[in-house]
Amino acid sequence: MHATKFKLVKVLQVLEKLDQFVTTAYPLRLFSIQLLGSEIMELPGSEISGAEIVVRCLQEEGVECLFGYPGGAVLWIYDELFKQDKVKHILVRHEQGAAHAADGYSRASKKVGVCLVTSGPGVTNAVTGIATAYMDSIPMVIISGQVPTYAIGEDAFQECDAVGITRPCVKHNFLVKDVKDIAITMKKAFHIATTGRPGPVLVDIPKDVTAAKCRFEYPKTVSLRSYSPVTKGHPDQVRKAAQLLLQAKRIMVYSGGGVVLGNAAPQLTKLVRTFGLPCTSTLMGLGAYPGTDRQFLGMLGMHGTYQANMAMQHCDVLLAIGARFDDRVIGNPSHFSSVARKIIHIDIDPSSISKRVKVDVPIVGEVGDVLDDLMALLLESGNEGLDAEALKEWWCQIDKWRSSDCLQYDRTSEMIKPQFVLEKLYEITNGDAIVTSDVGQHQMWAAQFYKFDKPRRWINSGGLGTMGFGLPSAMGAQLSNPGATVVCVTGESSIQMCIQELSTCKQYRLPIKIVNLNNRYMGMVRQWQQFFHGNRYSESYMNALPDFVKLAEGYGHSGIRVDKPADVEAALRDAFSRKDELVFMDFQTDQTENVFPMVPGGKGITEMILAEEL
Amino acid sequence: MRHIISVLLENEAGALSRVAGLFSARAYNIESLTVAPTEDASLSRMTVVTSGSDDVVEQITKQLNKLIEVVKVVDLSEAAHIERELMLIKVRASGKDREEIKRMSDIFRGRIIDVTDSTYTIELTGTCAKLDAFIEAVGKGLILETVRTGSSGIARGERVLRA
Ligand SMILES: Cc1ncc(C[n+]2csc(CCOP(=O)(O)OP(=O)(O)O)c2C)c(N)n1
Repeated sequence: MHATKFKLVKVLQVLEKLDQFVTTAYPLRLFSIQLLGSEIMELPGSEISGAEIVVRCLQEEGVECLFGYPGGAVLWIYDELFKQDKVKHILVRHEQGAAHAADGYSRASKKVGVCLVTSGPGVTNAVTGIATAYMDSIPMVIISGQVPTYAIGEDAFQECDAVGITRPCVKHNFLVKDVKDIAITMKKAFHIATTGRPGPVLVDIPKDVTAAKCRFEYPKTVSLRSYSPVTKGHPDQVRKAAQLLLQAKRIMVYSGGGVVLGNAAPQLTKLVRTFGLPCTSTLMGLGAYPGTDRQFLGMLGMHGTYQANMAMQHCDVLLAIGARFDDRVIGNPSHFSSVARKIIHIDIDPSSISKRVKVDVPIVGEVGDVLDDLMALLLESGNEGLDAEALKEWWCQIDKWRSSDCLQYDRTSEMIKPQFVLEKLYEITNGDAIVTSDVGQHQMWAAQFYKFDKPRRWINSGGLGTMGFGLPSAMGAQLSNPGATVVCVTGESSIQMCIQELSTCKQYRLPIKIVNLNNRYMGMVRQWQQFFHGNRYSESYMNALPDFVKLAEGYGHSGIRVDKPADVEAALRDAFSRKDELVFMDFQTDQTENVFPMVPGGKGITEMILAEEL
Repeated sequence: MRHIISVLLENEAGALSRVAGLFSARAYNIESLTVAPTEDASLSRMTVVTSGSDDVVEQITKQLNKLIEVVKVVDLSEAAHIERELMLIKVRASGKDREEIKRMSDIFRGRIIDVTDSTYTIELTGTCAKLDAFIEAVGKGLILETVRTGSSGIARGERVLRA
C-alpha cells in the first residue's frame, strides 16, 4: 500500500513539473501514471520495496515466464507481480508442478526456468522438482518466501529451513537477510545457475525483507573469487586426444546430456560426420546427434540398443562428451573397465571425470569449445587422417550387430503394443514434436522409438527418475515454444502424480497432447518383479483407475480411449488435428509387454537380455 | 590412507554445513574437522582429516572445489607439511599418581593449566599420534575428560594457500 502511495505522489510531482499537464481530466492523469510508471522508479534516491526489487531483477534478467503459487510469505512479491506485465506468472496447481514446469521451460529452450513458492509447504512441495533439475543439471532459479527474519528459528507458522532442506539438491542457495542484498543475490543466482555445469539455485527471502525498502540498482556483472568455471579445454590435453584418435582403429563417440546443455549439437554432428564415426547417446543426450542418421547407433545403456552397447565395449578409443558414465549407462564399472580401450572424456565438471571409470585423457571445458579445438587439430593432420581401412572394418562389425534388430516387437498382436503407438506418433508428428515423458517403460520406449533429430526435443527426468515430471514439464515446454507440437508420453501411474496440472493447462490454453500408455501396471516395476522377483507382482497393479476420458473432460479437455491397434492411427490423427486443444489419449496397451534389450542391474553392458531370449 | 586436506572458504553462514553435508551425503569419512577465520576475516580456513583410497580422496577434493563458497583446496598430505592438534585433558591426580602425572606431562611437553587437590588439567599440543600416545600413557583409568580440537595443518616452506 505504502509503496503505491509513494509512487503516486512522485508521479504527480513529475506531472506537475511538466507544466499544465496535470490540470486536465482525471483519466488522462491515470494514463500518464501508467506511461511514466517505469521512469518514476529511476528517480535518484527513490527507494522501492524488496518485493519490487525481486520483480525488477526478474525483468532485468529478461524472465518472461514465472511459475508459481502464492502464500503468506510471498504476498508482497505477488503484489508487485500484479502491478506489472513484463513477467508473466503461470499459476500451477501444486508447487511440484511449478518446479517441473520451470524445468521443462528451460530444457526446451536455452532460457532459465524460474519459479516462486511460499515458505514451509510451498518450498517442501517444490523439493522433488528442484532435485529433479539438479540431477539433470538444469539451470533454474527458485525464489522461496521465508518467515520474517525476527521469527526465523522460532518454529513460526509455515517456517522450514529451506536452505537446509534444499542444500543437497541445489547447485547453490542463499538466504537473503537484508533488502540491500536482494539485487546482488539475484544476480549471483542467475550467474551460478547458468554457468559452468548448470543447476538450480534457490533464493530464500524472508517476508520482512520483501517489505523493507532501499534503492535499486541491478549489477551489470558479478564475479565471485570462489567460483570461476573453466571454459577452454587445456591445449595439451586436446592434442593428446587428437593423437589418440588418429591412432585408433575402432573409435566410438558416446555423447550425453552435456552436449545438449552446452548447445554443442552442431559441433558434435560436424565431428562425427566429418570423420564418419559411429555415435551413441545417453537418454539425456538424445537429439544432439540426429537420431535418423545412419551413423547413429541408438541409445546405449540399460535399455540401449545391442549395437550401441557392443560398440561401447569393443571400441579401442572411446570419446565421451558431456556424459558421466552413469550406472544406468555403463552397467557394472569393473566389467566395463575389464577391456583395454583408451578413454577421452570431455566435460565441464572436473568431478564427473574419473568418478566411476578411470579415463586416459580428461579434458575439462565447455564441450562446444573443446570440440571446435579438437576438430581443428584433426583437420590439421591432413592426409594422415584417421585409418580409413580400419574404420570400414569397424563399420562392418557394427552393422553385423545392428542386423540383430534388437528393437523388434510383435506386430501381429491383437493388443495395442506400446512400441506401435510410439512409431505411429513419430510418423504423425513428422518427428517434429517436443516430447516429454514420465518415468517407466513408456519412457524407455519413447526414447527408443521416437527418433529425435534435434536437441531440446526430448525432455525427461533421467537422473532422478521422477514420476509426475511429464505433464508439468510439457507445460513449460509449450510455454517456451508456443507454436510447437508438445506431446507428453506417460503411463497411467505416472500421470496421476501431477494430474492436477490439467487445470493449469486449461487456464493457459496449452494444447498439449497426452499419450497415456495404459497397461494397468506400474509397468517398469512389474517388469523387474517378473525378471528378478519370481513373478510376485507386489503392489504394482494399478487398481481403481479413473476413467481418463471423463477425467480429462472434467477438467474441460477432451479425451479419446483407444482399445484396438487398428484405431491407433486414427485417434492420433484426430488428436493432432485439434491444434488448439489438449487431448488426452488413453491407449489400452498390452499388460505383459517388456522393454528390451535389458541389462540387469550389476551386469556388464554386453550382458543384455534380448527379446527373443525369453 | 589418511589425508589431511586444507580448505580456504568464504567466511559465510552455512559454508560449514555445506562441507559437512557433502561428506555425509557422499559417505566420505571425516576423522576431524576444524575451522576458524583467517587473518582476512572474509575467509575461513578449514582442515579436514579424512581417509580413503586415492580415487576417493581425488573425488573429495574435486567435490570440495565444486562448492560455490570454496576458494581453494589442497591435499597437504601430498607434500611435506606440519600438523598440530590441541588437547585439554583432565586427569585424576592424587596420591602417588600425582607425581607420576606431572612427570608424564613434562615428558610430553604438556602444561598443567589448572590444579585442584585431586585433579590436574593439562594442555598438550602435537600431532594426532602424539596426543593418542599421551592418552595411552596416562591410562583410561585416570582420565576424567578429554577435549581435542582436531588437527590443523600447514605446508612446509614456501608453499602457501591463499585466495
Ligand atoms: C516418484 C516416483 N515414485 C516411484 C518410482 C519408482 N517407479 C519407477 S517406474 C514406476 C512405474 C511407472 O508406472 P507407469 O507410469 O504406469 O509407467 P509404465 O512403466 O507402466 O510405462 C515406478 C513406480 C519413481 N520412479 N518415481
